[in-house]
Amino acid sequence: MKQKNNHFDVVIIGGGVVGCAIARELSTYKVNVAVLEKEDDVSWGISCRNSGVVHAGFNNRPGTLMAQFCVEGNKSFKELCSQLDVPYKKIGKLVVAKKKEEIKELQKLEQQGDINGVDNLQIIDYSELKRLEPNINGIAALYSPETAITSPYLLTIALAENAFDNGVSFFLNTQVKNITNFNSSGIKIITNRGEFISSYVINSAGLYADKIARMAGTKKYYLYPCRGEYHILDKNVSWLINHLIYPVPQTGAGGLGVHLTPTIDGNIMIGPSNEYIKRKDNFSTTSQIMKMLSAEAGEFLPLISPRYIIRSYSGLRAKQAPSSEGGFWDFVIEESDTVNNFINLIGIESPGLTAVQPIAKRVVEIINKKERLNSNPQFNPFRKGILRFDEQGEETKIALIRQDPNYGEIVCRCEKVTKKEILEAINNPLGARSLISIKYRTRAMMGRCQGGYCQTRIMEILRESFKLGPKELTLKGNDSYLLTGYRSSEVSK
Amino acid sequence: MPEKEVIIIGGGAAGLAAAVACQQKGVEDILLIERGAYLGGILNQCIHDGFGLEKFHTSLSGPEYAQRYVDHIKEKEIPFLLNSMVVNLTPQKEVIVVNNNGLTHYRARVIILAMGCRERTRGAISIPGARPSGIYTAGVAQELINLKNYMVGQKIVVLGSGDVGLIMVRRLILEGAEVIMVAEKLPYSSGLPRNINQCLNDFDIPLLLSHTVVDIEGNGRLSGVTIAQLGPRGGIIPGTRRKIACDTLLLSVGLIPENELSREAGIVLDNITGGPQVDERGQTSIPGIFACGNVLQVHDIVDNVSLEAEYILEGVAEYLEGKLSQEQEIKVEIGEGLRYVVPQTLISQKDTIFSFRVNQPGEKKILIFEDGKKVIKKKSLRRVNPAEMVRVKLSSSELEEIKTLKVKLV
Repeated sequence: MKQKNNHFDVVIIGGGVVGCAIARELSTYKVNVAVLEKEDDVSWGISCRNSGVVHAGFNNRPGTLMAQFCVEGNKSFKELCSQLDVPYKKIGKLVVAKKKEEIKELQKLEQQGDINGVDNLQIIDYSELKRLEPNINGIAALYSPETAITSPYLLTIALAENAFDNGVSFFLNTQVKNITNFNSSGIKIITNRGEFISSYVINSAGLYADKIARMAGTKKYYLYPCRGEYHILDKNVSWLINHLIYPVPQTGAGGLGVHLTPTIDGNIMIGPSNEYIKRKDNFSTTSQIMKMLSAEAGEFLPLISPRYIIRSYSGLRAKQAPSSEGGFWDFVIEESDTVNNFINLIGIESPGLTAVQPIAKRVVEIINKKERLNSNPQFNPFRKGILRFDEQGEETKIALIRQDPNYGEIVCRCEKVTKKEILEAINNPLGARSLISIKYRTRAMMGRCQGGYCQTRIMEILRESFKLGPKELTLKGNDSYLLTGYRSSEVSK
Repeated sequence: MPEKEVIIIGGGAAGLAAAVACQQKGVEDILLIERGAYLGGILNQCIHDGFGLEKFHTSLSGPEYAQRYVDHIKEKEIPFLLNSMVVNLTPQKEVIVVNNNGLTHYRARVIILAMGCRERTRGAISIPGARPSGIYTAGVAQELINLKNYMVGQKIVVLGSGDVGLIMVRRLILEGAEVIMVAEKLPYSSGLPRNINQCLNDFDIPLLLSHTVVDIEGNGRLSGVTIAQLGPRGGIIPGTRRKIACDTLLLSVGLIPENELSREAGIVLDNITGGPQVDERGQTSIPGIFACGNVLQVHDIVDNVSLEAEYILEGVAEYLEGKLSQEQEIKVEIGEGLRYVVPQTLISQKDTIFSFRVNQPGEKKILIFEDGKKVIKKKSLRRVNPAEMVRVKLSSSELEEIKTLKVKLV
């Protein structure tokens, strides 16, 4: 163990699901680890803006890390979620053919899946498709019962909290500006919040991993942001589908096509689109794509209507393949050829969420080959999430309110989130205190009124808990202030 | 399980008036359930005046208006619960209430739905662009400013000309903010003319009709919006896009009756009003469950919410006495020129108040009630406006012996 508080054995750049999984994996050893995250909370890059699908592994080219890690990750995902108290549902996926020519593509996917080691794939005919999904249009489908859903941001938060419990340090709002000093005393990482010295650096900076690699002298990577927009539908129409519904993927496309995804909480998501854009911070939605998503979803599911939309958002994929080529390039997980002990993770796009555990293990293997890490006998793989009042049985609910009356105060009416859950969320171990951090942890403000009822209440709970002034309340950290102060006649206070 | 004669869900304008009217009808075993920390609901944040002109013949602020009912409720000791959320309603008229004391089941002979409405959000109208802070619905801004003493922003664009938005324009200006404009998607305002005058014209705030927000910028806080003019079919007119620097976008783009409990109970809803389908006594598709106020249909003025609550109490009293029987079932048909009508069905031939909204503004219109080819009633309307609800009373003699009923505006 190093002594100084800015000295670490391993510094992980990026608090996405990959960075947090690596942190947790490293915490099974006696290693002093820090995670640097530029945002106000973990998971806010790619990790909170995707479909949340635990893929089976039939979409990926045999022999790639993507295929291998996806299949491995799928098989151990349930256990990971149960250790970390993260929701997981194996609802299965249907790749739906709309015309005869597409059935051949289904067969190719099935064969590819068989080679990759995916279990239980099966092509089903029209009548079976209709039995499984009465509201879906199609003539046949590839049925993958092993495909599951999870909550990508709750998983990231859980990995981070478990890593934290096992001794990992988290530095939020900490942006890496430069990396120098590649010598035996360690690698120096210069950030907006001071310097860190570390024996190892892991570059899991997602979209910005190319930039971080360049700081350490490796110029060979380039990542293109490829935007995917989504609509989220009201829970009232969750009955429309039972499985993940995908189109037959188009060759050369950067994604898997606009699909219908039931979320772990009972919404349906439509998306994502697939559009190479210029900026890595452009999470805007566009009217053209928003209309396209509704139209494409309508081809599968004629009952869908734009009036069920409660929110739209977008995420970015970190693509290595340029737009002229499209498709998927394999994950890169390798030690830098310019700096010792500097490990790059490049192009971790779909199925990166599914593959996160094998990816983390691979990174630790690379370090272990050089260091022979000692295992941490105190490592505790278990973590408890925030108990959701609304999901409990009546007897439990009564007992909970008796135990803590804050369970009897429902703050968010749409998602029925209690004050107790809000309080637990704002007191999270990572110290994230923005509205979005509370939203991701509790689902408050995620319902059909989008915080119309509870936002002001949550702002007051935050303010009272931490004695914040009005200007200190933010939507998502940094300069996302919610209020400009007290109203003018209150200025004197 | 505690049993009540009448349970009223919601202690805002509708619920308060329903509770008082219940008590005045001699119903004693009432329970009024409010989720907030005080009675009055949204009235408490409406600190402007103009309430009560019809009901009390004087101009009151929202809190003053609510207080008249609250005083009566306290004086007559009508039981009510605060900080108590109804989380479930069944067709058997059972409710589950959660509060600090626990989780309680109640059963009632009559349930009155008075849950009010919520605001339509950015997500529901799919405004494209970034997702920074500084985007508020008008009602949330009103709560933050009037009840919490905060300021939501300094340089403000308002989308939608609903009444809450217009009221907030004036409020924000009086608090020193700059309101740059109000953009309205439709070729006419959706707010009341008096609010356009008092809140926009008096302060020289431009109202841009047939304009909407087509993009939002800002990574942290909102830094600007792009507005554009819309053509007659709603498409953007090329060359009309322009960026406006601002730190706040206020949305006043419609209100939606809050019927999640109704839906879970299996009450049939009207797709246009967003409220339950009701008969002429405000009774929903489940006998003994009534609805009034904004949960039934979004009103323009609170006086009409109170009057509607009083009006449906006739039916509630009849139901409790076992006298509310279904003599017929006539569906009220909507003809040209109208968006909706409440009630949607008639089960008897009693004096009935019909509420309408028209499709578009117009002058010198005639509202016609007809039974097949036979005209039952005609009413001339000098000026009509979708922002102003039309209420017309038909007497039992006018409704006698009708077989069908259709209403149209020509």
